[in-house]
Amino acid sequence: MHALIQGVILGVLTAGVYALMASGQTLIFGIMKIVNMAQGALVILGAYLSYQLFTSFGIDPLLAIPITTVIMFMVGVAVQLAFLRPLHSEDRSQLSVLVTFAVALLLEGIMSVVWSTTDRGINTRYANSSWTVFGYQITLVRLWAFLLSLLALALLHLLLNRTRFGRAVRASVQNPESARLLGVESERVAAIGFGLGAATAAAAGSMYGLLYPFNPGSHYDLISRLLSIVVLGGLGSIGGAVAGALIISVSSAVVASTISPSWSQMTFFIVLLLVLLVRPRGLFGAATRGAI
Amino acid sequence: MTAPRGLGPARAAVFFLVLALLPELDLGHWLLNMLVFTLMFAVMSSAWNLLGGFAGYPSLGHVAFFGIGAYAVVLWFQHHAIHSGYEPFLILPLVGVGTAIVGLPIAAIAMRTRADVFAIVTITLVFVAQTLAFNLRGVTGGAQGASIAAAPFPSATFERPFYDVLLVLLAVAMGLTWAGMRSKVGLSLAAVRADEDKAAGVGVRVQAVKLLAFCVSVGLTAMVGGIWAYYQGFIYPQFAVDPLISVAIVLMTFLGGRATLWGPVIGAFILEMAQQYLAYSLGGSQFYLIAYALVFLVVMLLMPRGILPTIEDRLRRRRRRRLVDDSAPASPLTPDYVKGDSR
Repeated sequence: MHALIQGVILGVLTAGVYALMASGQTLIFGIMKIVNMAQGALVILGAYLSYQLFTSFGIDPLLAIPITTVIMFMVGVAVQLAFLRPLHSEDRSQLSVLVTFAVALLLEGIMSVVWSTTDRGINTRYANSSWTVFGYQITLVRLWAFLLSLLALALLHLLLNRTRFGRAVRASVQNPESARLLGVESERVAAIGFGLGAATAAAAGSMYGLLYPFNPGSHYDLISRLLSIVVLGGLGSIGGAVAGALIISVSSAVVASTISPSWSQMTFFIVLLLVLLVRPRGLFGAATRGAI
Repeated sequence: MTAPRGLGPARAAVFFLVLALLPELDLGHWLLNMLVFTLMFAVMSSAWNLLGGFAGYPSLGHVAFFGIGAYAVVLWFQHHAIHSGYEPFLILPLVGVGTAIVGLPIAAIAMRTRADVFAIVTITLVFVAQTLAFNLRGVTGGAQGASIAAAPFPSATFERPFYDVLLVLLAVAMGLTWAGMRSKVGLSLAAVRADEDKAAGVGVRVQAVKLLAFCVSVGLTAMVGGIWAYYQGFIYPQFAVDPLISVAIVLMTFLGGRATLWGPVIGAFILEMAQQYLAYSLGGSQFYLIAYALVFLVVMLLMPRGILPTIEDRLRRRRRRRLVDDSAPASPLTPDYVKGDSR
């Protein structure tokens, strides 16, 4: 029982970071109908940026988030303009999967050249401090990462629901044709949307770097989790991404703490397959199609 | 194919004859080794094309079945002896059929989704297979890997049997594709690719052809996995189920041209050779990955439909232009002075 509750706590805290990464991915899908296979690589790039800021300038990774998000926003816009905008054929959605995968490989190669392939970690002073509440361990870093992820998700929510840009995004998601007729510049929305997705990856990356050691190849593991989360929640739904992150993160943490860590990887794929068996469009896919 | 009748089979005959005679030349081990890998990828891309090209279901999970085939062969020969060296090749059909049967329920679940979601679901299959290979230590040996007895072929012509078997397998894969393209199955698959719901509406047996394409495709892939494992002699989970293999297969098919007979083969020959060359000339350095990714991106952006369809289009356009020039020298829309200037 103790192990179970500890697993749930750990899972919920970790879910925040995954929800943030996945929200960026699902946002990109919502706007452009493309599956961004590079999201994991963008997260790892964000982690490396905050690692570099920490080791070179001593900037705390959590405080570095505003810097890395701005840099990664620009990286995201550049990727969209250079590689995704030129795709105009009828099977854009299939091609985009491959193109973004190539971007992931490109980023992996660049990161291996710049930072080598050895594992890196960001070791802050508070990296190992934790509280014990009623006999359950809560590590400080995880708690911070959870709270900051919630903050970032709230900001994203405000941006989408309270600003002109957000309205343009939601209009393009619901009906791209009419949005264009009404004067929404869909190409600009797409570029900024991809930038935003990369920015959430950067924010999540800073926290990921605090929580886990990482290397340029870590993005394979991440992307498989992220894809499971967004498909589970229903592609294009941010609420679904949060729910998917919670389900997957908690279930794999519980399996890790009660059965064995080596089987926790497997858990979320099985959850995913079971959900798809019942609801091929994911948990929130059909209900919220055309809304974000 | 718009080629005149009889040219297609002739082209295939020449292609296979050249490939069959190639090892007779004294090629050297590294070149033969490269050809063996190229043939493996040619078979796998042709197999992938049946599902991803013709049916329009872009699987990124084929390497999971490649891994199943690899482990099937290795595990079988941990309990059976190898005498002549050809036994592993003889059980390949069994491996293919077995994997196709394993793939059936998986396909039934995964094919409830479409296009990009299907791609994602099949990616998760890769990670399931990899986790299983790592964790079922009693069966697969886990991270320690598993080995198969070395093939007792003379070292001078060691690659030859593998090469020949792969060539036969390529002929089978291309033969199936060719037969499919001229049958009702091919038409049904095209209908599924164009609009599955409408196809079902007009009475195409959508579910049956989808599952058939999936099973044949993964069965062939598993057979290549079996040959690969025997060729390597030793397999580890991270190489037997390497997501990059899946991506390479897809990329080759896209490069050559989806839903064509020759596209995947051309793609495999270009890309695998380029890859081996890049890996060789840029060594183990990470620049190799960057170069590969850049090739990948350039191909996707410049020729999104693949080499064959692009060239065919251009040829057809030129032929049509010549036809127009010959039959109607004075086009009513072209003023005479313009024509006079251009001639």
